[in-house]
Formats: sequence, C-alpha cells, structure tokens
Amino acid sequence: METQAFQKIYTKITQITKATCSLKATGIGYEEMAIVNGRLAQVVKIIGDEVTLQIFSGTEGVPTNAEVIFLGRPPVLKVGEELSGRFFNAYGDPIDGGPAVEGEERQIGGPSVNPVRRKQPSEFIPTGIAGIDLNNALVTGQKIPFFADPDQPFNQVMANVALRADADKIILGGMGLTNDDYLYYKNVFDNAGALDRIISFVNTTENPPVERILVPDMALTAAEYFAVDKHQKVLVLLTDMTLYADALSIVSNRMDQIPSKDSMPGSLYSDLAKIYEKAVQFPDGGSITIIAVTTLSGGDITHAIPDNTGYITEGQLFLRKDTDIGKVIVDPFRSLSRLKQLVIGKKTRADHPQVMNAAIRLYADAANAKTKQENGFDLTDYDERALNFAKDYSEKLLAIDVNVEVDQMLDTGWNLFGEYFKPAEVGIKQEFVDQYWPKED
Amino acid sequence: MTKGKVAGIIANLVFVEVDGPVQQNEICYINLGDTKLMAEVIKVMGTQAYVQVFESTRGLKVNDTVDFTGHMLEVSLGPGILSKNFDGLQNDLDKMHGVFLQRGEHTNPLEDDKKWEFKPIAKPGDVLEAAGWLGEVKENWMPHKIMIPFKFKGKYTVKSIVEAGEYTIKDTIAVVTDEDGKDIDLTMVQKWPVKVAIKAYKEKPRPFKLLETGVRVIDTLNPIAEGGTGFIPGPFGTGKTVLQHALSKQAEADMIIVAACGERANEVVEIFTEFPELDDPRTGRKLMERTTIIANTSNMPVAAREASVYTAMTLAEYYRAMGLKILLLADSTSRWAQALREMSNRMEELPGQDAFPMDLPAIISNFYSRAGFTYLNNDATGSITFIGTVSPAGGNLKEPVTESTKKAARCFYALSQQRADSKRYPAIDPLESYSKYAEYPELEKYFRENIDAEWPEKIALARDILIRSREVDEQINILGDDGVPIEYHDRFWKGEVVDFIILQQDAFDNIDNSTPLDRQKYMLDKVLDIYHTDFTFESFEDVGAFFKKVINVMKQMNYSEFQSDKFKENEKELNTLIEERKTA
Ligand SMILES: Nc1ncnc2c1ncn2[C@@H]1O[C@H](COP(=O)(O)OP(=O)(O)O)[C@@H](O)[C@H]1O
Ligand SMILES: [Mg+2]
Repeated sequence: METQAFQKIYTKITQITKATCSLKATGIGYEEMAIVNGRLAQVVKIIGDEVTLQIFSGTEGVPTNAEVIFLGRPPVLKVGEELSGRFFNAYGDPIDGGPAVEGEERQIGGPSVNPVRRKQPSEFIPTGIAGIDLNNALVTGQKIPFFADPDQPFNQVMANVALRADADKIILGGMGLTNDDYLYYKNVFDNAGALDRIISFVNTTENPPVERILVPDMALTAAEYFAVDKHQKVLVLLTDMTLYADALSIVSNRMDQIPSKDSMPGSLYSDLAKIYEKAVQFPDGGSITIIAVTTLSGGDITHAIPDNTGYITEGQLFLRKDTDIGKVIVDPFRSLSRLKQLVIGKKTRADHPQVMNAAIRLYADAANAKTKQENGFDLTDYDERALNFAKDYSEKLLAIDVNVEVDQMLDTGWNLFGEYFKPAEVGIKQEFVDQYWPKED
Repeated sequence: MTKGKVAGIIANLVFVEVDGPVQQNEICYINLGDTKLMAEVIKVMGTQAYVQVFESTRGLKVNDTVDFTGHMLEVSLGPGILSKNFDGLQNDLDKMHGVFLQRGEHTNPLEDDKKWEFKPIAKPGDVLEAAGWLGEVKENWMPHKIMIPFKFKGKYTVKSIVEAGEYTIKDTIAVVTDEDGKDIDLTMVQKWPVKVAIKAYKEKPRPFKLLETGVRVIDTLNPIAEGGTGFIPGPFGTGKTVLQHALSKQAEADMIIVAACGERANEVVEIFTEFPELDDPRTGRKLMERTTIIANTSNMPVAAREASVYTAMTLAEYYRAMGLKILLLADSTSRWAQALREMSNRMEELPGQDAFPMDLPAIISNFYSRAGFTYLNNDATGSITFIGTVSPAGGNLKEPVTESTKKAARCFYALSQQRADSKRYPAIDPLESYSKYAEYPELEKYFRENIDAEWPEKIALARDILIRSREVDEQINILGDDGVPIEYHDRFWKGEVVDFIILQQDAFDNIDNSTPLDRQKYMLDKVLDIYHTDFTFESFEDVGAFFKKVINVMKQMNYSEFQSDKFKENEKELNTLIEERKTA
C-alpha cells in the first residue's frame, strides 16, 4: 500500500466506534482516503479539526495510538487496457497474483453523464434465453436486475447472459460472493476462453462486508473508461446488490443515522440510483449495460431494497421454479423489460410483439384454468388446451436452459399456437397469421 | 457581502462560520480551488450557517472560503425558456461542456445576444403594476409577454417604450417611473426566487372549466379542471411515467413544463428524442415547441432535486402571468420528499413518520397551492394545472408522501398493481380514484352546457355499472360459472365493456392515445346503449363469447379515425351483432 516519506503521521485517535475512528487533523479533504494501521479508511465527517474516518475492514483491534496517514486523494482506480483479464479486490488491488496495473488514475464515484449527451438505447442484446429475448428483450444501455430468491441459479443465468451478449468487455462486480461462486465465474469465463475481455472486482464472504461499498464504483469506473474513452460496449454484472445495500445499512446504523424503512438508510434510493444510472448509451457507440442481482427474502418485493431498485431500474427479471416441468423459468408475468419496445419488432422480426403478447395472454388463460381446477370447478375444452399449451410453452421457451436465436423462438411460438389453438383464439393480426400460421400437413 | 469559512462537512451538508448577516435560503458559493460549489442556507445557529450543497463536496476542506450572494435561489425569466432542457437550478444543459456534468459549471439559461422581434403593448403614460404587460415577442409561436418585474411594488408609469423591432434581452425596452418619480430602465429579463409564489394577479377563483387531456378515464370519469391539481400514486411499473408522457403530448395546454425529478435519465432522453419529431395535433407544430424540460434525474445532486420542482413551478407562474394555459407535470414528487428527508436526517432533526421531516404535509400543500386558475390584473386569464406522480414505498398508499399529497391535490389517480399486471392500461383504478372537481357546481354546469345535458348522470351510471360488475365477478369466482344465474354474467360483461372501451386506452397507438371530448361522449353513449339493451343467452358460455366479440369490434372503433369509413364499418358490424342477440 502506498505511503510517501513526507506524509504526516498521526498517532492519537480520540474516538473509536464499530465502524469509525476520529482524530484531530487539519487540512483534510472530504472523502479523502487514509490508512489506519495498514487498513484503508475514508473521511466521512469533518467537524472543525475533528475528522471521522470509516475503516472499511472494521475497527476490531484498532488501538488509540494507531498510525494514521492521509493519502490526500479520494479512492481511485488505475485504468488502462491492462485491466482486461484481471481480478481485483474491492480496493482495486490485484488478487490474481499478477502485477499492479499501470495506468491513469481515475477517481471512483465520479460525476453523472449530462442527460443531453445520452442517446436513446436502441441496440438489442440477444442472450439465447427466450424468457428474456422473446418476452423481456434487453437493450444496450439498460439497467435491469434479476429478482431472485437466494436458492435460485441466478449466477449461472447471469454468466450465460454475459458470455452470449456481444460485449467488448464484461465487468464483474462481486459483493459478498461465496468463494465457490467466485471460482464458478472464474471457471466459466476461463472455459469460454473469454478471460481476456473480463475484469473482476470481487468482495467475497471472507472479506469484511463494508468493503463491498467500493465494488460497484470500482466496476463502473473501469466501465466508463472503456465506454467513454474506448467507445466500447461494456456489460457490467453486479451481484448481489442486496448485500451491497446491507453493507450501507451497517455503516449508517453504526454511525447512528436515523434509519428509514427496513432499517435502510434514508438515502438508499439515491445511493442505488447513482450506481444504476451509470448505465448509458453514447451516440458514438460506447455503452454501459448493467445486469444486477437483487436477492429477495421470501419473495417479498415490497422490502426497501427490491422496492427502491424497481423504481430505479428499467424493469426486472423474475426467476421462478415451475413445478409442472421441474425447471427454473423466467416468470413472464412479473418480469418486465421497460426498454423492450425500443427493439422488438424493429431490430427483430415484425411479428415479435404480437407473438410475445399472444403467448403471454394464453399463458394467463392457463393460469386462470389452473385456479379453476384447484377450486374444483369443471374445465372447458379451451381450458384444457390452454393448460397443455402452458406446459409446452414453459418447457420450450420460458425455461432458462433454452438457447436459440430469436427467429427460432418466434417459430416455436407459432408452432405451439398451431398445435393448441385456432387463429381466432390467438388474436394476432391477420397479416402475420397468413404468413406464419403453421400449414396443415 | 457576507463571507464565511467552512467549519464542518457531512456529505452535502456543510457548516459555515459567517462574518456577517445571512438569510434563510440565501445562496452562497463555496470555493474549492477554482471551482465554485453552489449551496443554499437551510438553518442558522449563531454564527454558523448550515448550507446544503447542490454539488459533490468531495475534497472540500475546513477553512475553505465561502461567498454569500444576498439573495435566494433565483431563476432568470425572459424569452428563451421555451423548448429548453434545464437542470434543477435552471442551467441550460445543452450549453454544458463535455459528456459529464462537471461540478461548479453554471450556464446561462437564456441567450444574451439573441435578437427577438419585440412589439410594444403599453404606451407612454400607461400606469402598470408588477406583471403588467409592456410588450411581446414571439417565442416559437407563443406570444411571450414582457412584463413589469414581479418584484416591483406599487404603480409604475410608462415613460418611454421602444418601437417595434429586434432587441436582445439585455437591451432597455422601456423606461418606467415609480411613485417617487424615479426612472427605471427595464430589459426583457427579470429574476425571481423560486421558493416564493408569484402572486401578481387579481384573483384566483375556483376552477370552473375542464382541461381536456384526451385520456378517457380522466376526462370522462375523473375530470381535471383547468387550474386544478391532481396526483398519480402507483407502485413501480404501473404506468406513472407513461401516463405523464401521454398527458404531456395530448393535453390541451399552451405550454407544458415537465419536471423530471429524481427519476430515470433514459426517460428524459425519450422526450428529448421524440418531442422534436412528434406533432402537436392542435397547432401542427412540433411538441417540443411548447415544452420545457427541467431534468434533475436520480443521479444528479439530491439537493438540486428539491430545487427542481420549485424552478419548474416558478417558470409556470411566469408564463401564467402572460395569460397562458400551463400544464405542469412532476415525476416524481416522492423523490423530492426523499431529498428533504435525507437533509433532515443529516441535520438530526426530530423525524416524523418513516423518517420524513415533520413539516412534509405543509411543504407539499404549500407547493400544490401555487397552481390555479387566475384572473390577471388586466382581466386576461392564465392557469397552471399541476399533476405530480407519487412513488409510494412498497406500493403502500398509507405512507406519508401519498397521504400528505392526498390532502393537497383535488384529483386522485390511483394506479393499481392488479390492473397493470393484467395489462389494463392506463391502470387507473376507476373506483378508488376520484376528482373533487366533478362535484363542483361550476364544473357540472360546464359539462351540461358543453358536453351533454345529462353528462353527470351518465358518468354516475358508468361508475355504477363498474361497481356492480365487480360485485358479481366476486360472486362468480366463489360460486363458479354455472353456480350463478346467467344475468350475473350479463352484468359482469357489461362492466367489462365499459372497462375495455372507455377505461382502457393504448398509449402507444397513434389514434387511440388521444380521444377528443366529442368522441368520448359518442363512445360513452354507445356503451350505455349496450348496457340498456336486454340480450338473450342460452348458456353462460354464450355471454362471454358474445361480449368478447362486442369488445373486439368496439376496440377496432377506438383504433380507427373517428367517423372514418373504417369506423363506420365497425360500427355497422357492432349494430348487427347487437341486433342478433337483442331480446325480441
Ligand atoms: N398506457 C399504457 N399502455 C401500454 N403499456 C403501458 C402503459 N402504461 C404503462 N405501460 C407499460 O408499463 C411499463 C412501465 O410503465 P411506467 O410508466 O414506466 O411505470 P412507472 O413510472 O409507474 O414505474 C412501460 O414500460 C410499458 O411497458
Ligand atoms: Mg416512472
């Protein structure tokens, strides 16, 4: 860690709490970094000559005569092409045994893009997963989380999406990742031969939780370097944002701030928005797309973390286990990509919106039939057909193990319509029915 | 001017030791090297001023110097506001350098050297008060009035006024003499503090006219009055923003001011991208020509978010004083309330419910009270209709922002998660929602005279049909399709016709998105005719099948040009359908 000979060393700490320590010092800048007995810390409060430092790895064992050195700068990341293929911790230090990155120093958590310098997102990101591409198409410059219970395979889905998306760089921000999941990502990227376009900033469960707070800003600073300076298409994966928010609440509670809903800090909305709004499409082709994971507890989306997230992101993808087919699917009812209308039927085949809506409507009819069945009412012939359709639809399109091109998803949709319904029941515009309705054979 | 020194910093709350007088809400600039950080005084304790900084305080140090300005947060009022994209502090976003918003960069909201075609209205000898019209310039197509500054008190005699011609906003266009005989040079610009309401009008009567929005569930069932207030609460994804965008495109107003307050940047980009291309159906001009955007998106500084709604309201008041009909939209007022909460918590004030400041209800109602219909001093009329969205935490309408707003706004457009889930857009719950204006005798009279002598009765009936449909739906769900009489199905489906044909409206269809009042009346009459018709059915399955066909044909009508051949063809088809089933 960096220290320089001429720096003043303070050795008199006046106050220590669970997350912070305070000392008398002058000439210190707000948000400046410091080292307290070798631990990284950041200035969070200055009152007169009393400076309060948040120590990222916690204050356990910090003595009142600890050596405190101020670094004279906010947290930074060195950026350059050399970042590619490397693994870093939350502070941006290598954890892969490789050398430190040489490059231009950039402050993390920098300013926002001027909204008039943005471009409206319009580039489709195919993932092969029909539950996403067909029903919730993703667009470059979008920000969208998976809302998933902790036991669902969101890391696998995300790794697949990342590898199939045609991105110049993939940046992984891991927060509270288990060591196994960390190694999983490493392996998958390695096996896919994609390591050279992947950059990872990882805080695992073995690291102190508060360190996580730095991870999204590190990942996004690297992303901005590639998107703005190099005009590249960058995909940022953030998992798990719930653990990030938990770290925020630990800090604010330890600093005696008044908690708002679900013991989260009152600034949670702004804190999350600052991260997610880094997603952007630039006119020159550079873009940052953010796909995140927000784990739910007991599927509760009214909890402050998913609730604030939903208000910020451009939709959400729900994973759910479909017990009828024994597979995890992308729930077509609760999932939403708010940017899909910018690409479907425009960058994809013209029948896309109609096929999507018709299939979901029929799937809803099946859900109603199922309720009827469970309540012991008789099913009509239509109900029966809808139920059979739903099973096939779930298996062939919604399941997360599907990996096909969009045209094929649409063809599969038409085949299912033809198998179970009459055109009038499907209610798609006549011109598309004429063109795509499966011919009798 | 008073100067100060930074004494403490907690995020964007800074304590400043001052050497002279300061006023509450005074603006000051903190010098961080060469960068000037703009801040506002929000509390004073002895010689310490607590200021909220509108930009990031990173790197700020104790003892950095502070310059006070002697005035509150002000906006510049003059020609050139229309069609602009401002941030919450009225910086012209298009004039900023670079891709990123650099702190300390402040840009001129107007153009000092642009020439405007000025035409005098007042003549020497005229006696005017604040907001009195001196002349006008054409701003796009709009007659933009140049007025006696709002800050002026008393009467002013016009001493001289320039001839018609081209002038910049800095040129003197008139000289007026105050009551003490002092001459004052006037230009086309004036300044006004955003947190103070502009009251230079004669009278603010109760709203008495309808403001047409083109949205059927609003105009027909829950009408908003010109100069009225309304709010749209709803969980995320239920359609608040789509509805506000629809209003901004279609509502019958001279000018639209959109305050994008703490929401997504891409939604503002959508307006930037689409409005310059889209036509304003009433004038044939581009929508952007009547629109001004205040963009303070969620990633922009929090304190400026709070300022943004006030900036937007002040611009609206300025244009109202010109005798114009303004629609002001804010998405979302909850983000503004959250900005207040963040600051109040930082100042360790005693928190109210959900940690919001105690005076939140007062702040909200004070803001809404700035809207309204006005008679100006010269008897012209001007209005601000204000509609805000509210983003209730967890979708729970019992939270403080929703409850406070409910007390302040007269129209309540509740978006229902259930309706949004079943894609019944706009997801305004027709029964939960209300318009207090619908009960005003002034409005009732207006409806009877301008739409239909029986209009209020028809609306009451439509509501009734919906209520009864909902009731039998519950019965059918409990007892099963064949466990209830066929009439129940008939009643249920007649409600569905109202729902699908009147309430539901496709915001993304070029025709259906906006329905003029005469067409709304026509369709409501059709729907009520169907309600009054007795049909004969063999089985419950027949009922659903029949009404699905009716709905389908009527939807095609909604999608066709009013009274076009296609419309009439569908109407004929509808009549045939009805004839076939009608009880003899
Ligand atoms: N009137 C409408 N017609 C069709 N789709 C709509 C309508 N209103 C909302 N939607 C759909 O719902 C999504 C979310 O709407 P939005 O207005 O952004 O919600 P909110 O602002 O309440 O979070 C939109 O992206 C769109 O897909
Ligand atoms: Mg919205």
